[in-house]
Amino acid sequence: MPNKNEARYNYILNLADNTLVLGQRLSGWCGVGPFLEEDLALTNTALDIIGQAQMLLNLAIEIKGEGTVDDLAFLRDQHQFKNVLLVEQPNGDYAQTMFRQYMIDSYHVHLYRALVDSSEKQLAAIAEKSLKEVNYHKERSELWIKRMALGTSEGLERLQKAANNLWHYQHELFENSEELDKLVKQGIAADPNQLQQNWLNDVSKLLAKTPIKTPQSGWRATGGRLGHHSEYLGKMLCEMQFLQRAYPNCEW
Amino acid sequence: MYSQGLRDSKAGDDSPELLEAFQKRIDNEEKIEPRDWMPQAYRQTLIRQISQHAHSEIVGQLPEANWVSRAPTLKRKLILLAKIQDEAGHGLYLYSAAETLGESRHKMFEDLLSGKAKYSSIFNYPTLNWADVGAVGWLVDGAAIMNQVALCRTSYGPYSRSMVKICKEESFHQRQGYDIMIKMAQGTAQQKAMAQDAINRLWWPALMMFGPSDKDSKHSGQSMKWKIKRFSNDDLRDKFINATVPQAEYLGLTIPDKDLKYNEKSKTYEHGEIDWNEFVNVIKGNGECNQQRMDARNRAYDDGKWVRATAAAYAKKQQKNEKVA
Amino acid sequence: MKLYEVFLRAKSGLSHKHVGSVHATDAEMAMQNARDLYTRREEGESIWIVDSCQIISSNPKDKAAYFEPAEDKIYRHPDFYPIDKKVKNI
Repeated sequence: MPNKNEARYNYILNLADNTLVLGQRLSGWCGVGPFLEEDLALTNTALDIIGQAQMLLNLAIEIKGEGTVDDLAFLRDQHQFKNVLLVEQPNGDYAQTMFRQYMIDSYHVHLYRALVDSSEKQLAAIAEKSLKEVNYHKERSELWIKRMALGTSEGLERLQKAANNLWHYQHELFENSEELDKLVKQGIAADPNQLQQNWLNDVSKLLAKTPIKTPQSGWRATGGRLGHHSEYLGKMLCEMQFLQRAYPNCEW
Repeated sequence: MYSQGLRDSKAGDDSPELLEAFQKRIDNEEKIEPRDWMPQAYRQTLIRQISQHAHSEIVGQLPEANWVSRAPTLKRKLILLAKIQDEAGHGLYLYSAAETLGESRHKMFEDLLSGKAKYSSIFNYPTLNWADVGAVGWLVDGAAIMNQVALCRTSYGPYSRSMVKICKEESFHQRQGYDIMIKMAQGTAQQKAMAQDAINRLWWPALMMFGPSDKDSKHSGQSMKWKIKRFSNDDLRDKFINATVPQAEYLGLTIPDKDLKYNEKSKTYEHGEIDWNEFVNVIKGNGECNQQRMDARNRAYDDGKWVRATAAAYAKKQQKNEKVA
Repeated sequence: MKLYEVFLRAKSGLSHKHVGSVHATDAEMAMQNARDLYTRREEGESIWIVDSCQIISSNPKDKAAYFEPAEDKIYRHPDFYPIDKKVKNI
């Protein structure tokens, strides 16, 4: 693959893997949600997100010029995944799931808004379709943040714990690199600095309406883009890829 | 209140005149609506049947959800998720229908969680390989659809309307299941073995889904008279077998019934003896997965308690704030 | 949780039609739940949510008094008036 393509490939794969891994996590709630209506609603989110993964992976293989969407999803090992560490974190309780969701929804909204104007035409088309979906996801997760933070004391306590667990995973969403910078200048990728500003604006506005305190500095997650993941990803893939690994070259 | 239905008919006022007038409406194929007068036994039978049906959908999510994380392709994962989501939706439509009879979903749900209420015996069997997901769609949903199509014309309006909606949505469930079976049966030797293994385990439990044989079915007579039920258990079971055996032949799979034979005269299949002891035992709670399914439902309910509580508290506070403003 | 009735408009030009109910803690949640439950297959483009308690329904006992008196007022229907086929545009 020529260098120029490799940068595009890496960028798309990062976006694709974020949705793929998050989709796999979300589907873990299917059938066991906190009440029936919510079970259905969160599955809708999972379906949207996995659908986005499909489209993005498809674009990645077009750039690479070989393989299939399922090859990428089921036959790569964890060090080849480029997702941020946030999305591979376990579902935990509903507070953890929803706080993670809100962080990523807010990121997705700004990301896709920016990518609608990407010079990579197919990426722009995916962004346009996905933007409608993530706008709704964000509306939902935002409301859940409020319900937990401003409802019962247990809700607040659990949400605060989730915030403490997940807050330090945000930075990775906005990491810059030489490679990415070039893509931004070419009008292909979204500017991470701009995204971060918009994201912080959003999140602090919402959290200001609640008693949630954001934890200060401390450790920062990093490495996903380079294939350095948390221990959780390997185990998740073990389960997700089981059939394709145990029975290679089958039609399903 | 519309949905919760008003109990206009009180216990004990089932006078012969009212009963006769009610039966006349049924015989005229009129639909009974929530606030219409109805005999207590009609109401109770419906609440029992509709809520059992709803519980089956909700518990039925679990054996399939067992494979969501391991679905072999992204397409299969999406289909499976959408299907399980439909089951939740169908449970919901049915609880809604039962609520119009004056029973709250909360009460019905508690009866399920405490083990008091029953649900379809089929969901107490495990899903052990990927072909089981196919077989559940093909056989279990296939059997369910036979039942549900028949129920679209049931005499109680809300039940009938929810069945129409459910049948419309379910039509893809059986097809996606059969689609998996085709891929497995036409795949490698290992895949084919999984497919045969799945049908071996699920065939008989699927036949049991139609309930006891007509001669042993205690609720059937009155339910048929009231047109809650419109076909007998055995009739529907035979219909299912006649439709399904050729489908198994197309797949090149063997139905695990050595007594199964085609009757040239009646142009129907005759099946071997069903193990009714097993059926009764599973219904009683002694199936392989009864405990596991109930634990899973209870865990989800308990884990969700604080979520529901905080949402309710938030709503209450918001309402207060609005009033102040 | 409270019970809300859900009405959907399938497409513009049609009226909203009752499709079922949802449980929710407030109207906002009811709206989202209705969207997630009742429009999975593009069944609607507009949703109405009504608190179930707010619906006022006629009593089936009044059926005869309310609705049967209209039965014999056949002069309200156009086919009550026979007119020669030769007469057009009426």
